[in-house]
Amino acid sequence: MTVGDPAGRLVRLFALTGGRTRPSRADFTLISTVTAVDPPPATASRCQPEHTRILRLCAEPVAVAELAARLDLPVSVVVILLCDLLEAGRITVRPPRPVSRTTPDLDLLQKVRDGLGRL
Amino acid sequence: MAGSDLATDASSAPDTVKILIAGGFGVGKTTLVGSVSEIVPLRTEEPLTMAGLGVDDLEGIEEKRATTVALDFGRITISRELVLYLFGTPGQQRFWFMWNDLALGALGAVVLVDVRRPECSFAAIDFFERRGIPFVVGVNGFHGEHPYPPEDIREALALPEHVRVLLCDARDRESCRDVLIALIDQLIAAAVQA
Repeated sequence: MTVGDPAGRLVRLFALTGGRTRPSRADFTLISTVTAVDPPPATASRCQPEHTRILRLCAEPVAVAELAARLDLPVSVVVILLCDLLEAGRITVRPPRPVSRTTPDLDLLQKVRDGLGRL
Repeated sequence: MAGSDLATDASSAPDTVKILIAGGFGVGKTTLVGSVSEIVPLRTEEPLTMAGLGVDDLEGIEEKRATTVALDFGRITISRELVLYLFGTPGQQRFWFMWNDLALGALGAVVLVDVRRPECSFAAIDFFERRGIPFVVGVNGFHGEHPYPPEDIREALALPEHVRVLLCDARDRESCRDVLIALIDQLIAAAVQA
């Protein structure tokens, strides 16, 4: 399976992930925020090109879905690559703000409302 | 995340929340996202794993789209500490296996209804009702025209009293903003009542 042929991609997706189809960790949702660790840990080894692209894109905090869109890669592939970077200590990940149906966060809702009001 | 031994937080990173924009195929979801998003809507394309999909489910998918399902989304920075993402849900029902993941952790949803064919959004309404996910209904007028009052739409869609119905124009920023605000107001009202 190749994806993005019109874009001239030469590498098959499963090659990017070393044949893996599932992430090793469950830390990443579409709106989890990823940030490159700067400076990189002293033990950091050389990265594959796709890993390096990710690190460049997440120099500032960026959501997983945005990363995937900018890399033009499926989220499922990006998440596998992010697992590598997390385990290598090259990125940090912040989970989304938890949303509870039973105990709604009024403060959060009010902030969102105020922000929308400024649009 | 609980139980993780690795760095799972970045104090400089903002909190993120999401709202789903749902409704039938071609009802104006991506248009709405584009109207209020601070970025041109982004798209991710996910390869369809055949697992979980019966062979019949692929019937009728045009050849070009046969192997991926697209997800369009936008972003609204609420403050330095808080960013809101808007996800347009895949319209075709055969892609709904993705909806459960998408709905997880969402503040709520906007169900867009095309005034010319409201039945296309029945399934979306049903999805959120069954899962107890709060939603409002935005009635997207063709060329911004609204032949029916909101009450008629509410009746046609058999919506409960607490679900707000708003006439809107998916091409118009303020109109879309007001639909989102109506959703948040509905959430606030429910929270105060609880």
